[in-house]
Amino acid sequence: MTEAAPATASRASLVLRRFLRQRRSIAGLATVLVLFIAAYVSPLVTTWQYNELDITAFLSPPSGAHWFGTTQNGFDMFALTMRGMQKSLIIGLVGAIVSTTLAAVVGAFAGYFGGVLNAVLLTLVDLLLVLPSFLIIAILSPTFHGKTWLIFVLLLAGFQWMVTARIVRGLTLSLKEREFVQAARFMGVPGWRIIFRHILPNMSSILIIDATINVSSLILAEVGLSFFGFGVQPPDVSLGTLIGDYAGAALIYPWEFYFPAGCLVALVLAINLVGDGLRDAFDPNARMRVS
Amino acid sequence: MARFLLRRLLYLSVLVVVSTSAAYVLAATQLNPRARYEGRNPPPPPEVVDAALDALNMNDKIPVLTRFGRWVGGVFHGDLGRTIENSSVNEEIDRRMWVSLRLMLVGSLLGTLLGVAAGAYGAVKQYRMADHALTVFSFVTLSIPAVVIGVLFKNAGIGLNNVLGFTGETKLLYTTGELTPGMDPWTWAGMVNRFAHLVLPSLVLTVMAIAFYGRYQRNAMLDVLGSDFLRTAQAKGLRRTRALITHGLRTALIPMATLFAYQFALLFVGATFTERIFGWHGMGEYFVDAVIKSDVNSVAAITLFVAVLVLIAGFLSDVAYAALDPRVRVS
Repeated sequence: MTEAAPATASRASLVLRRFLRQRRSIAGLATVLVLFIAAYVSPLVTTWQYNELDITAFLSPPSGAHWFGTTQNGFDMFALTMRGMQKSLIIGLVGAIVSTTLAAVVGAFAGYFGGVLNAVLLTLVDLLLVLPSFLIIAILSPTFHGKTWLIFVLLLAGFQWMVTARIVRGLTLSLKEREFVQAARFMGVPGWRIIFRHILPNMSSILIIDATINVSSLILAEVGLSFFGFGVQPPDVSLGTLIGDYAGAALIYPWEFYFPAGCLVALVLAINLVGDGLRDAFDPNARMRVS
Repeated sequence: MARFLLRRLLYLSVLVVVSTSAAYVLAATQLNPRARYEGRNPPPPPEVVDAALDALNMNDKIPVLTRFGRWVGGVFHGDLGRTIENSSVNEEIDRRMWVSLRLMLVGSLLGTLLGVAAGAYGAVKQYRMADHALTVFSFVTLSIPAVVIGVLFKNAGIGLNNVLGFTGETKLLYTTGELTPGMDPWTWAGMVNRFAHLVLPSLVLTVMAIAFYGRYQRNAMLDVLGSDFLRTAQAKGLRRTRALITHGLRTALIPMATLFAYQFALLFVGATFTERIFGWHGMGEYFVDAVIKSDVNSVAAITLFVAVLVLIAGFLSDVAYAALDPRVRVS
């Protein structure tokens, strides 16, 4: 691959250019942006809100007044779907940030300091990897009924970070021996600062890709748990609760199921495309080996 | 090799103990079986509630470790305790276990075999039509939650029945339950009926497993394809297919063996979705109900069931690992 970039181009702009050169990444990014804007902007402009009843239209199919139709109570399906997508997006984003940060910090500290800390953190990682996360979050779900959904997000993220933490630890072990890290150490820079200033920035590509993929996995995990009522609780609405509520109606009132499900699949697919494109942009050689 | 397997078995047993204990302690402290009695109208006197909860070993006034000790004591005698409705957990599991296992076994076996075959084929034909098709299929399928795939397959099945004119009692493919009520499963007609119920739900699990394993197998196989020993094998005169299978695929299967073990717990989750959508009365449904009913003993017993499944799957994949990897086999 020939790079026409001038010698002064920063790594960030190089990666960005490689990212934008792929059609899939652009399609993914555009879809994510469209869905994101639709979720947050449409409630400001549409006539019906997610908590408003249209008592003149029960179970009406998609029409000009109700783009995605209505439910048996007269709720507007478009407003509900957009509301659900807001929640799913925020759960995915917050969860991914928490999970990747946790993975980076735990992995880097375990790798850099080694010793007892390493042993303790690795045991924690192994323990969490062993626990069946779906079952544990389901068991814990009655405790966050009626409380904020943030607890649920933290639980989801709490079971998501372990594999990345192991990768980060491995990378830290090798970065630790590099000259620039040793130079910083001999200048007397404290360990925690070396981690945040030198080690983690050097693996930012891995962390960015991981965070992107985490967004979509957390959205899927949320859907799974909310489907059974173990996740987001009413009156909150998420794509998971919508799919759970209307999965049974898919045959008779298809709009109740296929619109939220379609938005969900489009969203997850688009995020995965972005993640895939980022991976190729950060490491163009990776595609030759595996994809 | 025996030492390796023994060590793995020990490790896997520790996993079973850890995850079951964690599930029991969490369930016993976080679920609230007492609310079930206190919510009655008129509310029973506290002593009655205590006595009832004591009989079930679910009284939250007794320290959790004491309750846990009692439950473990029972488990070692083959007694998993009482459900919150005071029936036997053993009987419930007996009744439901095979419903789920049938689904999971068919789904995982078919899915693994087809996924491995498809992935290996895709890697050999890298960047050809078949490879692109597999990559896109895996990518899309892994972006769709199990629930949505389940509903799509169910409705496709209903549609197929209608198109082919199976609108009466007898269907080509059934979408609810695992057997038409009143049918004897051990007759010829019963077997056919059971099979017609099994097709769609296990297809859901199979398709998801193919997408998952296909993707990883393709990557593992691509790593192997460039290696020197594969070229040597062909240079010494092996035919390409033969070299690809005995030297390429065998090596590429090694990382897959470990993946298989860890995938089994997720398979149970997948089965839980399928059971809900297709109305099967299996372990997944039991788990969801047990959490909703604050049925501590059932929740712990189901976690034990899943953990033992993971143990079996993990041990089998260790055996496969040892058989495939000469370094382990000989040492």
